Amino acid sequence: MGEMEQLRQEAEELKKQIADARKACADTTLSQVTSSMEVVGRIQMRTRRTLRGHLAKIYAMHWSTDSRYCCSHQKPVRLFEWDCERGRELGVLPLQVLFQGVCFWDPPKSKQVCSSSCAKPSVVFRRRVRISFVRCNDATSCLLGYLSCCRFLDDNQIVTSSGDTTCVLWDIETGTQKCVFVGHTGDCMSLAVAPDFRLFISGACDATAKLWDIREGMCRQTFIGHESDINAICFFPNGNAICTGSDDATCRLFDLRADQELVAYSHESIICGITSVAFSKSGRLLLAGYDDFNCNTWDSMKGERVGVLSGHDNRVSCLGVTSDGMAIATGSWDSFLKIWN
Amino acid sequence: MTINTFNQGNTCKIQMPCLAKMERMIVAMQDPDMGIKMRNQRLLITVIPHATTGHDVVEWLIQKLSITEEEALHLGNLIVKFGYIYPLREPRNLVLRADESPYRLQTPYFWTTNKWPATELDYAIYLAKKNIRKQGDLDDYEKDSYDQLNKRINHTWDFVLMQAREQLRAAKQRRKADRLVLECQEQVYWLVNRPPPGTLNILEHGPERRNSQNTRIKLIQKNNEWYKNEIELCKKAMGRTRVKSSICLEGFVKRTEQFAPHDPIMAGCLPSNPWITDDTMYWSMSANFVTTPTKLCVERWAFGFQELINDPLGRKEFKHFLEREFSGENIFFWEACEDLKYGEQSKIEEKVQALYHHFLAPGALRWVNIDSKTMEKTLEGIRSPHRYVMDDAQMHIYMLMKKDSYPRFLKSDMYKNLLAKAVVPQETKKSVFPFMRRQRHSSPSPALALSAGEEDGQADDKDKPTSSGTVSQV
Repeated sequence: MGEMEQLRQEAEELKKQIADARKACADTTLSQVTSSMEVVGRIQMRTRRTLRGHLAKIYAMHWSTDSRYCCSHQKPVRLFEWDCERGRELGVLPLQVLFQGVCFWDPPKSKQVCSSSCAKPSVVFRRRVRISFVRCNDATSCLLGYLSCCRFLDDNQIVTSSGDTTCVLWDIETGTQKCVFVGHTGDCMSLAVAPDFRLFISGACDATAKLWDIREGMCRQTFIGHESDINAICFFPNGNAICTGSDDATCRLFDLRADQELVAYSHESIICGITSVAFSKSGRLLLAGYDDFNCNTWDSMKGERVGVLSGHDNRVSCLGVTSDGMAIATGSWDSFLKIWN
Repeated sequence: MTINTFNQGNTCKIQMPCLAKMERMIVAMQDPDMGIKMRNQRLLITVIPHATTGHDVVEWLIQKLSITEEEALHLGNLIVKFGYIYPLREPRNLVLRADESPYRLQTPYFWTTNKWPATELDYAIYLAKKNIRKQGDLDDYEKDSYDQLNKRINHTWDFVLMQAREQLRAAKQRRKADRLVLECQEQVYWLVNRPPPGTLNILEHGPERRNSQNTRIKLIQKNNEWYKNEIELCKKAMGRTRVKSSICLEGFVKRTEQFAPHDPIMAGCLPSNPWITDDTMYWSMSANFVTTPTKLCVERWAFGFQELINDPLGRKEFKHFLEREFSGENIFFWEACEDLKYGEQSKIEEKVQALYHHFLAPGALRWVNIDSKTMEKTLEGIRSPHRYVMDDAQMHIYMLMKKDSYPRFLKSDMYKNLLAKAVVPQETKKSVFPFMRRQRHSSPSPALALSAGEEDGQADDKDKPTSSGTVSQV
């Protein structure tokens, strides 16, 4: 028992040192640096399209890279693809899924959509009209928990985050796990891939966010600061910072180079947790979807709220900004997808 | 801050830190000095003590949290939906009205954090009481629940009925006002915990989550091994170089300012935002196959090498430039490496061979100039080809282009010509046909609004109170 106690103390001591080193680097606050910036003013966005068709709660959505199509996932068991511009469905797929994550990948050849089932991700290919499934079929490479989020890295690899506290890199063709990223002590709720595809970040129910190196398979950095489960995570457009949204009703911006939290976006009147976050194209606006049925727009540089997107009748479960920055889509438990700008 | 409750062996958990915050707000509302002034409210002929009006609640929220009326109303509505404040006049309709409608604060006994999850037994007793009082006239869904419960917990049904009768008898002995209040409180509690079908279930949360605070099963074994691992990670973390936050923040400021004109939400977009005007000209002008790129596009290429090379048009122009300088093989090599990295698994070997043949082999047609160390490492790696075998070589060539060719490209006549020739799209005029149905919610492009008159804009802002709502009805 004595040895373990010693080790524990040593670990605590080191953690304190790290906290001190971080504090030493924090030589200024956001308000000082951005005091000379222009105020953004009130951002009023309106609904441009409402996509109806889902019959149940929408849990996840993702824009395609050409910014005109998106796919969304409802529980139970349907995957929708939308032609957002015309406001109608392209296709509906019934799937054997229990919980979800959904994302698009459209290399020049085909549109691929990934949806995740309770224990294994399923990748759906859509070449012209035929739709075929690829299931990860290795029984031993099953996960022990639900899949919360998934993202494509390239034609053949997916990264998923799971409720069994691990993130996994899968090989689509063989259906096996290539690498398991272990380190979180709570369910992993979301992940985001860096713009250069070498790193990814994950947010978990242990209130920490971790930066992982995909090639090396290890955790590079851990960010603490939240007081409750982290539900949503995303990269700042230039890849130097990450933003997390949590059940403690705050969004925080962590800088990767300074290795610490730089800004917290919160207000006394906002008490519900955040389900999803996204940046606008320049990174000036941070959009966050909340459990209180609204989506708030924050000025990421000044740390103030500059707008509200209200119109859903149930919690906003997912949010996405198009890659050209033209519009925002929000999906909610009231089964509607709304496109705003 | 997650709230734990255990229920007869099942580890149930509610994932709502917002409830604790709401409760703090409720407690603050009851503060004798700074809280809401409670009065007697009249409900038909009965006088209910310690009640307040919807208007007072909204006012108090506005003052305490310095928010607008709309936000206060939204927050107030949320509190009512969770059952912390309930309406006296229409207890079924959990909505906050900012007028003289009477409301009352829920007793802590019925707070969600104190009494969660609602037990079947309690629900059975409640329904039994209601059944007796209304002589069988329950709502449909309540009747169904009653029957189901009867089947499920039949063994304690005598107890249920006895409890129900006992509680009704005790209630009869109270004053009318108290009885009314107790009934309301209980009704609201059950509306929140057993919502009628088709209405919002506010307590619904996603799949159950576990974290190391609440599971009986330990997710991680904290033993010597684990601590040693932690110490290793911490030591590594200590050694990391950290950049000062001032530099990082300046970086962000610079980035947002640089990209501000390119952000369609903030700066509008020309010719027009397709989502607003249904005119897809923006997309056709920015597509990959146009001959003249837009001015914004060309400007973006100067922001950084990554921007140039990631944009298909930019890459094309850069290719032309490099070919003129007789260093075109660099960009072709880079493109081939990207194709290797993100392409199909089955083609990797043949791609690696092709790469070697075209770019690396001595005497190759498009031989790229890599330093000997990297070349050795790459040739070694080619023996067992995989997706990332060309990484070092690709990085070398990338840096070469970035540090050498890219700055020259930006200074070149070619780029300057492109900038001069670049198109600034005209703002499309909105058609004025009266029967144009799709014209809903169109707001003038901010680009137009800015140029039309800054003074006007500022004057307007001063007059109007800040409103946060957005129209969404379609």
